[in-house]
Amino acid sequence: MKKQMITIDGNEAAAMVAHKVNEVIAIYPITPSSAMGEWADQWSADGKPNIWGAVPSVVEMQSEGGAAGAVHGALQTGALTTTFTASQGLLLMIPNMYKIAGELTATVFHIAARSIAAQGLSIFGDHSDVMATRQTGFALLASNNVQEVHDFALIASAATLKARVPFLHFFDGFRTSHEVNKIEPLDDAVLRAMMNDELIRQHRARGLTPDAPVMRGTAQNPDVYFQARESVNLFYQACPAIVQQTMDEFAQLTGRQYRLYEYEGHPEAERVIVIMGSGAETVAETAVHLSQPGERVGVLKVRLYRPFDVASFVTALPSTTKAIAVLDRTKEPGSSGEPLYLDVVSAMVEKWSGSLPKIIGGRYGLSSKEFTPGMVKAIYDELAKDKPKNHFTIGINDDLTHTSLPWDKTFSIEPDGTVRAVFYGLGSDGTVGANKNSIKIIGEETDNHAQGYFVYDSKKSGAVTVSHLRFGKNPIRAPYLIESANFVGVHQLSFLERYDVARLAAPGAVLLLNSPFGPDEVWDTLPGSLQEAIIEKKLKFYVVDGYEVAKETGMGRRINTIMQVCFFAISGVLPTDEAIAAIKHAIEKSYGKRGQAVVKQNFAAVDAALAHLHQVNVPEKVTSTWERPSIVPAIAPEFVQSVTARIIEGLGDDLPVSALPNDGTYPTGTTQWEKRNIATEIPVWDPEICIQCGKCALVCPHQVIRLKVYDNALLANAPESFKSTPARFKEWKEMAYTLQVSPEDCTGCSLCVDVCPVKNKQQPKFKAINMNPVDGLRAAERENWNFFKTLPEIDRTQIPLHQIKYNQLLTPLFEFSGACEGCGETPYLGLLTRLFGDRTVVANATGCSSIYGGNLPTTPWTQNGDGRGPAWSNSLFEDNAEFGLGMRVALDQRLDAATHLLREHRDLIGTDLVEDILFADQIEEADINAQRARIAQLKIRLQELLAMGNDQLPNYQLPITNLLSMADIFVKKSVWIVGGDGWAYDIGYGGLDHVLASGRNVNVLVLDTEVYSNTGGQMSKATPRGAVAKFAAAGKPMPKKDLAMLAVSYGNIYVARVAFGAKDTQTVNAFLEAEAYDGPSLIIAYSHCIAHGYDLKFGLQQQNMAVSSGYWPLFRFNPDLAVEGKNPFQLDSQAPKTSLEEYIYREGRYRILQQSNPEAAARLLEQAKGDVQARWNSYAKLANGNK
Amino acid sequence: MDLSTTYLGLKLKNPLVPSSSPLMRTLGNLRQMEDAGAAAVVLHSLFEEQVRLESHTLNEYLTHGTESYAEALSYFPDAPEYQTGPEEYLEHIRRAKESLDIPVIASLNGVSSGWWMQFARDIEQAGADALELNIYYVPTDVEMSSQDVEQLYLDALSVVKTAVTIPVTMKLSPYFSAMGHMAKRLADGGANGLVLFNRFYQPDLDLEELEVVPNLKLSSSVELRLPLRWIAILYGRVPLDLALTTGVHTVMDVLKGVAAGASITMLASELLANGIPRLMVLRSGIESWLIDHEYASLSQLQGSMSQINCAEPAAFERANYMRVLSSFTPPFLRYATAYGLAG
Repeated sequence: MKKQMITIDGNEAAAMVAHKVNEVIAIYPITPSSAMGEWADQWSADGKPNIWGAVPSVVEMQSEGGAAGAVHGALQTGALTTTFTASQGLLLMIPNMYKIAGELTATVFHIAARSIAAQGLSIFGDHSDVMATRQTGFALLASNNVQEVHDFALIASAATLKARVPFLHFFDGFRTSHEVNKIEPLDDAVLRAMMNDELIRQHRARGLTPDAPVMRGTAQNPDVYFQARESVNLFYQACPAIVQQTMDEFAQLTGRQYRLYEYEGHPEAERVIVIMGSGAETVAETAVHLSQPGERVGVLKVRLYRPFDVASFVTALPSTTKAIAVLDRTKEPGSSGEPLYLDVVSAMVEKWSGSLPKIIGGRYGLSSKEFTPGMVKAIYDELAKDKPKNHFTIGINDDLTHTSLPWDKTFSIEPDGTVRAVFYGLGSDGTVGANKNSIKIIGEETDNHAQGYFVYDSKKSGAVTVSHLRFGKNPIRAPYLIESANFVGVHQLSFLERYDVARLAAPGAVLLLNSPFGPDEVWDTLPGSLQEAIIEKKLKFYVVDGYEVAKETGMGRRINTIMQVCFFAISGVLPTDEAIAAIKHAIEKSYGKRGQAVVKQNFAAVDAALAHLHQVNVPEKVTSTWERPSIVPAIAPEFVQSVTARIIEGLGDDLPVSALPNDGTYPTGTTQWEKRNIATEIPVWDPEICIQCGKCALVCPHQVIRLKVYDNALLANAPESFKSTPARFKEWKEMAYTLQVSPEDCTGCSLCVDVCPVKNKQQPKFKAINMNPVDGLRAAERENWNFFKTLPEIDRTQIPLHQIKYNQLLTPLFEFSGACEGCGETPYLGLLTRLFGDRTVVANATGCSSIYGGNLPTTPWTQNGDGRGPAWSNSLFEDNAEFGLGMRVALDQRLDAATHLLREHRDLIGTDLVEDILFADQIEEADINAQRARIAQLKIRLQELLAMGNDQLPNYQLPITNLLSMADIFVKKSVWIVGGDGWAYDIGYGGLDHVLASGRNVNVLVLDTEVYSNTGGQMSKATPRGAVAKFAAAGKPMPKKDLAMLAVSYGNIYVARVAFGAKDTQTVNAFLEAEAYDGPSLIIAYSHCIAHGYDLKFGLQQQNMAVSSGYWPLFRFNPDLAVEGKNPFQLDSQAPKTSLEEYIYREGRYRILQQSNPEAAARLLEQAKGDVQARWNSYAKLANGNK
Repeated sequence: MDLSTTYLGLKLKNPLVPSSSPLMRTLGNLRQMEDAGAAAVVLHSLFEEQVRLESHTLNEYLTHGTESYAEALSYFPDAPEYQTGPEEYLEHIRRAKESLDIPVIASLNGVSSGWWMQFARDIEQAGADALELNIYYVPTDVEMSSQDVEQLYLDALSVVKTAVTIPVTMKLSPYFSAMGHMAKRLADGGANGLVLFNRFYQPDLDLEELEVVPNLKLSSSVELRLPLRWIAILYGRVPLDLALTTGVHTVMDVLKGVAAGASITMLASELLANGIPRLMVLRSGIESWLIDHEYASLSQLQGSMSQINCAEPAAFERANYMRVLSSFTPPFLRYATAYGLAG
């Protein structure tokens, strides 16, 4: 019988088994493991049972530490229990892992192994996290590919029950967790056969029960702890044999035989690489390739890393081995070698008979760095040397300490029979979804094997995706990107300006371009270098007007199925008719439950696609006269030119070690150099009717709308199309005013148009700012923008900060971020930096804001003309409040130290100046400006004193030098602790509570999107009742936590709940009051979000509805008012006047529940209405002084 | 008093039929209507655009922003099934049929015919006794001729008639150049009845906000005149059962409608304004009036004042218009005459 095969990714492969063989699953989202928890939650929500017929209980916790605690508890009570995590999440589980292992408890943690944040965070794969747990007592079992992930998930689950040693089953984050591959699924019968009922009963019997009470978890003393610790040895000694035995049983059932340490390659190899994880696949394929012509090379794949079975390991090596290279996908700075290397060395020393082979260790693949056959060959070549380099690195150019091995980048072992296709697309055009679909079609509808891997952007808006697809008759074991493609699909014309799209095309490959230009016109629209590549590589060039087809069939910007049809038609992997039938079948499968309207629309697109596909007759000569523009302009700073630009260009892999900062410190203000040009429409200002209110600038999520008031004379040099109008400000009646848009940084969200209060009287469809196609505007507006930047900034001291009309004339020190189009968070950061950016330190919790704010290559946090601006740092997800508090304490401490020095040298410096500095009242901008002037004076004075030298001024050099180094601290510094609700309500809540209770002068800004937005919309305690989120597929049953009122209960914390889209003046006042309050303050900011499920151009309307329905009452609680004898609680919004339904059912997160479970939606709606009313009543009472 | 009437082949106990309004959405209201004497119910409409929109918006919710950023490849869990189509509506029909003894007429609202075959079949299978097609269409396209508009109606009817065996009635707008001929063509196309007329909600203009605003106002008895006239004209001329809708508020409105030729009169605004129990008042009022005026049954009244039966058939035509004009002096003319400024 033909084996049933499925095409899935590593996370699903692990989760499928884990959900079937467990009873309790405790989860918490973290990339790249989140999908395992999401699958488990969804299956349980759908009522899918485990192999014993019960639906596993899936519980989301507040952190990975919490998940580990819940796992520990469930295990101690006898349930089969699992969890999924990665990276910092795994580190947070470590304390419980010791406990679980120490108590000899059977469990499996499934880990998508990921880098640990060090000099920078990385979401990508390596073994740093797993290696940090090797001392916990968990067994560590490595899977190298998607099939193994599926199989080892079961083998680990079966083995742990017998061994009573807990297992950490890990595979490479992204490379394996996200690779789609064709695998043979495990039948339930196999699962039942492997999961021994008697062992499960024993596991359950060990659980705590008052019917047979015991205690576990005693405190032990010097007399017995040591002995007790050694009491587990027999279990660890037995464990490897148990795992092998389990693997053998598994082989009996499935035919797939695995070994603890598995050798592959030449039977009499002399040079052997030892490795674990997906890289082992690359080494194995390369070893086989090299050994065919007779090279004596091989690979020893380590599957069971802990307990490390020395005897089995040594036995698995060919006796002919003369040189070994051990590869670690981690770095242990300062060690004598990385962990696997050290284990191998000790194993060989202890057990190898005969002369010891040469053993070298090397690091590779950190943070999913590519690991290719060329690199493997370089290592084998190195092993052949008399004195091979030890402690080497491969895959990078270490020009600093010269650890790296060179490798041949052109070396390829890809078999001829494997078709390799690369697609460049946008996230929004559906390219990745279509390719995942294609992989499934090829994998499941043909005899071919298939593999898909997808590379995503570091930006959330206008994100570029690159899909790598392989398929062929043989299994595909190539966990690295395609370097030589038979097919290159370019799904966006604009990519021709940004990327060398033919770089990956093999000679004779197909190049398919989505372009509005037909087969006769398209040639002349290509850049010269691309024309040259097409001619030289003899590429078969096709063109399709995908957007025309999409327009005809109502698909909008989604060209996915259209391009998919073209790919199948050209590649010939299936006869075209069969391919189209398969695509339609896939569409029905994917979209059928979403309604026939969607299915029919996609069918129409499929049917219309081929009529628009044309092969282009390639001319013999290059005719184009244009080239891709340089990545950044020549005026950009040197670092941006030499480093940032390379990363933007996609060539960051080529940067040598010396090019990168060694302590993770990067310059700010770099997004200005990365012109992404992602908007198809940009706002155009109508100066005739504009009332200069500033609202458009306030709401702009990417801070691309700027306002200036300036002297009319400056217009003399203005570009022809530069717009200007008399300023409508009472102070500056004689001056000019301009609203300028940065055309190349705008994302086209149109929030500015929505908020504009002015309508054109002749044609009310037009406002004072209107969206227009960017084509035809870009060049002129670029010139206008550049001129606008030369106009002088307004004097901050002249600005009444509480008025939006005025404060929006200030330059935001946060601009052009990578946030989503229409983001609801970033306008708050724009406002924050306009008001206080030049004297602010930001502690940023990990999450969306740390990603659009801190993900390389560029950062939106920037500086003003004086070089001042926010100083920003991200520590972790869970510790952000504490991190910010530390900053405050340090700044206060420095102020104390500097004050002490200043006082001590008062006479020397000058009494008047010192007293003016010490008693400066830094409340208004003018005060701060005056203080800055005094500090400048102080520095001059200190320099003068230093210039006198030790002779004239003995014993003062040191204190004066110290004071000079600290002088800037006398200008008031503002600490802002910024993060999302996942941090503030969940993982960081304990710390936040503590920091707020500390009484210190910190400002906390919670950007409340009501879900974990950055990891894809998982439920947090901020999620409202009745909303669907991941981990709340059936709608959140419990109400949102009222974080604001928890803080109010302290009495001495400034608290505000704001929504700039509903009442912008209240938002501004809250920011000003919070910053002015000499104590802790907390602002909870409604942030509309892509995870709410609607087009964010309606974000402001939704904010308004949230407030008018009473869902999000606006208030400020100012303890300073209480001191004045006033009611500190001010309600800033009115009693609910629109219904909750009107608000919530405009959003997907609520509508999805209505459509999937109307009864639950109706019930939760009623409860949510009760929540709203109860909250309003209690707030109103407070506002009335509890009357 | 026998108040029974026949509509679309359904024997009804009286001519009072609550029609499409938000009241029809709950089973409790439907039961109350039956208890108050409703002879049948026309459910609220299943909107074709709504069904399409539900499907597209759900798809948009589930795909927007997906597969773009490595940490968030999607934003929502995907449920095993969704009610994007007519499921909720069909369930409502099923439950209404289970709960009520009176006929349940379903209503399908839209403009195109592409989807209707399946919807109509589903509605029939759900147990509806008849189907009302409500073609709510405002032909704003200046390239579209009156023939094109008429064909739209005929095509929709044709599609539905091939799909179902239950009676089908067409709810029309009054904006046809040749209403009589249109009615005949619909009869030829297989329609079993006409519902006259659809009430287009006319938007208002807000000059403060410079916005066009939807303006939902309840009808009044004054609006009875237009359907009354056309029912009177069509009665006996086309082989169709006629239902009068728009402007039915009082006992006299109902009686006039029946007298003009309507088999039934439909109520929506009246019940929204004065509650479902109003049906009881109307029913007893009709009975009293018929008794007082010595009618043997309601059927004796039906069509008695139609154009073919009434004493002054011309009154429904242009002559009627002329007479109204000549007997009515606008206020400004009265003012002018009094001061000797005119005539």
